Formats: sequence, C-alpha cells, structure tokens
Amino acid sequence: MSHQSSYQPNSGFERWLDKRLPLVRLGYDSFVGFPTPKNLNYWYTFGGILTICLAVQIITGVVLAMHYTPHEDYAFWSVEHIMRDVNYGHILRYTHANGASMFFIAVYLHMLRGLYYGSYKEPREILWILGVVIFLLMMATAFMGYVLPWGQMSYWGATVITSLFSAIPVIGDPIKTLLWGGFSVDNPTLNRFYALHYLLPFLIAGVVVLHIWALHVPGNNNPTGVEVKNVEKDTVPFHPYYTVKDGFGIVVFLLLFAAFLFYMPNALGHPDNYIEADPLVTPSHIVPEWYFLPFYAMLRAITFDILFIPAKLGGVITMFGSILILFVLPWLDRSKVRSMRYRPVARAFFLIFVVNAVFLGWLGGQVAEQPYILLSQLATLYYFAYFLIILPLLAVLETPKPLPKSIGEDVLAYKAKKKSKPAKPASDTSGTPQPAPAE
Amino acid sequence: MKKLIKSITAIAVPCLLLIGVANAAGGETKELKHQHWSFTGITGDYDSDTLQRGFQVYREVCSACHSMNYVAFRNLGDPGGPYEPAVCEQIPNLPETVNCSDPNSNPLIRALAAEYTITDGPDDAGDMFERPGLPSDYFPTPFANPQMAMAANGGAMPPDMSLLAKARHHGPDYIYSLLTGYEEPPETIEVMPGQHYNPYYPGDTTSLLKEEYVDEDGHPLEGVQVPYGGTFKMAAPLSDGIVAYADGSPETVEQYSYDVTNFLMWAAEPKLEQRKRMGMVVITFLLFLAIFVYLSYKQIWRDV
Repeated sequence: MSHQSSYQPNSGFERWLDKRLPLVRLGYDSFVGFPTPKNLNYWYTFGGILTICLAVQIITGVVLAMHYTPHEDYAFWSVEHIMRDVNYGHILRYTHANGASMFFIAVYLHMLRGLYYGSYKEPREILWILGVVIFLLMMATAFMGYVLPWGQMSYWGATVITSLFSAIPVIGDPIKTLLWGGFSVDNPTLNRFYALHYLLPFLIAGVVVLHIWALHVPGNNNPTGVEVKNVEKDTVPFHPYYTVKDGFGIVVFLLLFAAFLFYMPNALGHPDNYIEADPLVTPSHIVPEWYFLPFYAMLRAITFDILFIPAKLGGVITMFGSILILFVLPWLDRSKVRSMRYRPVARAFFLIFVVNAVFLGWLGGQVAEQPYILLSQLATLYYFAYFLIILPLLAVLETPKPLPKSIGEDVLAYKAKKKSKPAKPASDTSGTPQPAPAE
Repeated sequence: MKKLIKSITAIAVPCLLLIGVANAAGGETKELKHQHWSFTGITGDYDSDTLQRGFQVYREVCSACHSMNYVAFRNLGDPGGPYEPAVCEQIPNLPETVNCSDPNSNPLIRALAAEYTITDGPDDAGDMFERPGLPSDYFPTPFANPQMAMAANGGAMPPDMSLLAKARHHGPDYIYSLLTGYEEPPETIEVMPGQHYNPYYPGDTTSLLKEEYVDEDGHPLEGVQVPYGGTFKMAAPLSDGIVAYADGSPETVEQYSYDVTNFLMWAAEPKLEQRKRMGMVVITFLLFLAIFVYLSYKQIWRDV
C-alpha cells in the first residue's frame, strides 16, 4: 500500500506472523487504517454494494448449481424442481435472478459516479480500465447465466447474440460454431455456457482484487476531485468511518433488493422465459434482459452500410465499441479538473448523457421499426459524441469554476454554508451552473 | 439549469410525439379486464375454497387437452395449496395417525390421487401395468406425446398449464380476459374454419380482413379499423353450468374463469405465501438494521 502502514501487531502471534506473512497487516492497511477522504458521499458506497452483490451471486449460484442439470431435456425441468421442491429453492433462484439485476443497477450507478467525478483520470487510469474489464466479464456472465434456465428467451436470446459473431469477416463463422459447439444453439451450447458461467465469476473476483489494489495505490478520488494534501485534515481511517457509512448504504440497497425479491420477483424478467425452449417456435419479439437494452438499441441502430462495412457488422462494431471506448476515456477527456462539480458545461452534457442512456434502454425494448430506429440512431450518435467530441472539446474550451484548496477546506466551507442557511437544504452540488464563460 | 431543462424538453417532446404516432398502428389486443386477485399485494395469499373450485374446473374441463407436468398430487396438499394442512385438519373424525402437514398422509390427497389411473412399470416380467395414483404421482398428461396432442387439436399444441400464469404478460388478467372474452367475430374479418376469434388473443387480424376492406397490397383501406385480438384453435372452453359446484358458488363463466385463474396462478407460483411471509421478516429486520446503522453512522461521524 502506498500510505505509511499504521499496523501495530499486538500479540506475540501477530508479531510472529507479521514477520513471515503480513496478511493481517495487509487487511489492516487496506480496510481499517486506510486513509479515506472525509467528503465521500453516498455515491461512493456502490463499491461496497457491488462486493456484496458478487458475494450473493457466488453463494446462491454455487448452491443452485448443486440442484441444476445442464442438459437441454432437463434444464428447464431442474429449474422448476428448484422452484418447487428444493428447500428454499424459490428464494435462492429469485435471489440469484434478481441479484443479477441489482448487480447491474449498482454497477451502472458506480460507473456514472466515476464519469461524473472524473475518477478515471490520472493517476487512476488502470483502476478505471480494470473496472471496464469487470463490467465486460459481468456482461458475459449474465448473458450466459440467462441461457441456463433454457426458456424461450434464453434460447432465442442466445441465438441472436451468438449469431452476431458471424458478422466478423473470415473468422466470424468459426467463432460462432465454436460458441455453439455445433451448428445451432443446442445441448453443447448449454454445457459450455454452464461451465463458463461458473468460471467467470471467479475471474471477476480476481479482477476485483486488482481493482481494489489499484484503488489503494493512489487512494480514493472524492467529490471535489482535489487530491489528499494533508492526511490529518483531509482523511479519516476507513474503519469505522466508512465501514459504517457503506454499511448504511448496503442496508438501504438490500431493502430495494428485498422489495424485488419477495414482492415482485418476476417484474424484471420476461414471461416467455417460463416457456421451455422450442427451436421451432420463434418468439414474436426477442428482447435481452433490461441491463443490455441500451447496447441492444445501439446494435440495431446501424441499419445502413458504412462504405465497405455491412450494416450487421457495423451494428456489432458499434455495440462493442460503445463499451471499448470506455477503455480510452482517460485519454479522451484531458481536462485537468476531475469533478464536474466545477465544470458546469460538462455537467450539463453529462446529465443529457444519463438521460440519453436511459432513453437508449427504453428504445432497446421497442420493436425495430420507425420512428424507433431513427431515435436509436440519434441517441447512439449522442452516446459516441459525448466521448469522442464533447469531452475532448470541453477540456480545451471550458473554463472551470475555482477549485477548493483542499478537501478539508471544502468540508469546512460546506459546514459553514449549512449553518448560515439552515432553511434551505444546502448542498454544494445543487448550485446553479454558471453560464459557460468560455463559449 | 433552466437552459438544461429547456434543451432536454427540446429533445424529449418531439420524441414523445413520434412515439404517440407509432402506437396508433394495428395488431393490438383489447385492454385486459383487471380483476381483484387475492394473491396480489404484500400480504396477498390464496383462498383454498377458490383453489378447490379452480382445480375442479381444471380437472373437468382444461385437463382434457392441457397437461400440467410440473405439478404432483402431493402439491395440492402443500401449505397454500387447495387442500392445504388447514383444510385437512377440518375433516371430521380425523384418525390420530394422520399428519396433515404431510401431503402423503393427507386423506383428501390420497383419495384424490387414487381416482386417477397411472401407468407404471415395467414390472418384474417387463410389462407396464396400471395402478391407482399415489400422492407422489404427477398429473397424467392428456396425450401420449406432442404429435398426438397436435393431431387432436387441429395442429396446435395446447400449452402446458403449470407455468401459464407466469408465462404471459399480466398472466392472471390475461387468462381471465381470454376465458371470458370470446365473442362473435367482427363483420370486417373472415375467420378460418377451426379457428376462433378472441379480442384478447395476441395476434394480428390484419391478414383476416375481408377483401372489400383492403387495397391491392393487403393494407387496410382508409377508415377501416383493424379489430382487436386474433384467432386461434381453442374454442370457448367454458359455458354457464358446465361444472357443478358443491359449495353453491355461482356456476357462471365469470366465476369459473376467476376460480381457474386462481388455481393456475397457484400452480405457477406455489410458494408465493411462504415467500411473502419471509419478505415481511426480512424487510422488518432490514428496516431496524438501517435505523441502527444510521444512528451509529451519525454518532461516529459527529466530530468529522
């Protein structure tokens, strides 16, 4: 860890262990004494929430795997067996299915937090990139997991998405055949997806360790985007200050989770997945799970050939590009100011970006006809323009507001403001953005 | 901020207008009849009398064509089911050996299962044989295989009913609306022989419009309304008085539909009551925990 270790081995055994394998020191310096900026708001609790989500998915998933049968003739049956006959099986399965949705709700908020406060900027590029890797792995895991119940949407969703690979020139078809293990989505597909669905979460856990490591070298970013200058004045130890604050965030999040799990467990799923997969009957309207809809909308938005690139390949490139572009984001946005608190123009575009992303999600659930195609094209355009044009330009054009001198000073100013105006809910994030001076 | 709101409305309003236009196209179903279902809401549960009547409707009408492969006789005696332990305990002069919480011991379930004939085997001589049903048996299928089912139903496969209430959008309202919604087809469409019109069936009646209502390309003429719903192979299965209720409930299509929908929802989601009860405990616990952790947070952070 980059900060001075503050661990004091107390017992003889701890001193003995510390000389040989400083495991307790590592844990202490990472999660107890770790100096954390004192101004982190609730948007910073999603890291903890995501750790809980991963743990919940792995634990419920391992138990479900004990009762599930990955075979085309028994998969659907075994899921019903879990729902009806396994002790607490219905709770386990609904937890796992809704847990995936909760995982994505949390990861999207976590990513938007990073976008807003500029957490991807120097010196946290690797931290951000590892996060994007985790996101990609999560998407692959969720996609394969959705195939396992072998319902109609499982089967046809898998058919649509795996067929995308055939758009790649030359190697596309062999890749598709390899994914399928044959010439259509079939039993071998189910088998390999099951094996990978069990494998990938452990890869995610591994990358999460790197992600936390990469976080602990430069330390947390914070809502001001100003680096820690004085550990005494700017930070508090992670425990108990942030264990308790994250703890509260986690409990509130679990309340949302429980509301879905116990009272509307099927609200986020598709009714067609309660019909067993039938290769001879295509559902009238194939849609992926809600968390893939924005990307699905971008995939379908490309209905035209671009020079020598056919529309299908163009759609695939656009869809994957929408995620891959995040890898280079730290080098697209060159603004020295991290937090959009002090970048009123960028903030306005960011808010439009959020609305646009939700809009894309909605479009992804509509049938592929006009006007939705046109709207998807416009929304896709904004998505890419935000990263490729707006952020790079604003880095040069925008004049940011003055930054606080330090985190400690900002916290004191916030407290003073709160005291002087007790009637108004004072928050330094809700100040009206100034008209852009630079434009 | 004002500027931002303005720019957002400038984008959103035309979008919403466009969407409004798109939704005016045909191929839609009539708005479902919304019923009050006892199993909705955070304390919702099943009513065992309704489930028993619904089971009777399934058994005497639906089961002639529809299988229910994932439900066993024993499930009928599970907590929340039509013959749940509470129903079993009300039997007069119940022998002491009977344990109502065990469906295999529930005399109602045993008697009910025994009314069915199950093909079992092979026996020691290698022959299949028939025996009365046991609580552990699953509902027998009306047809030996899908091909036979399709041959007997004009080429359409009657869907398995175990999960039907969860396998349709707004399942219970949909099933109820479909069962009570059969009506004479509108003047403008031609219903094929063997097909039946229902305004709640998700189909598209555009292709069924009579010649005089469409142009050369098959598009409906100006001012011609494409009727709701679609046509499919199932004739109206229920009619007033078709099932004789022992408890004096009205013997109407509406009542039958209501009862059998309840039963199908139970068949699709038999653990609903246990799930909601557990939810109460979990959410109460989490609420207290949230207060406790929040107060700790305020206490720990008071000097920061």
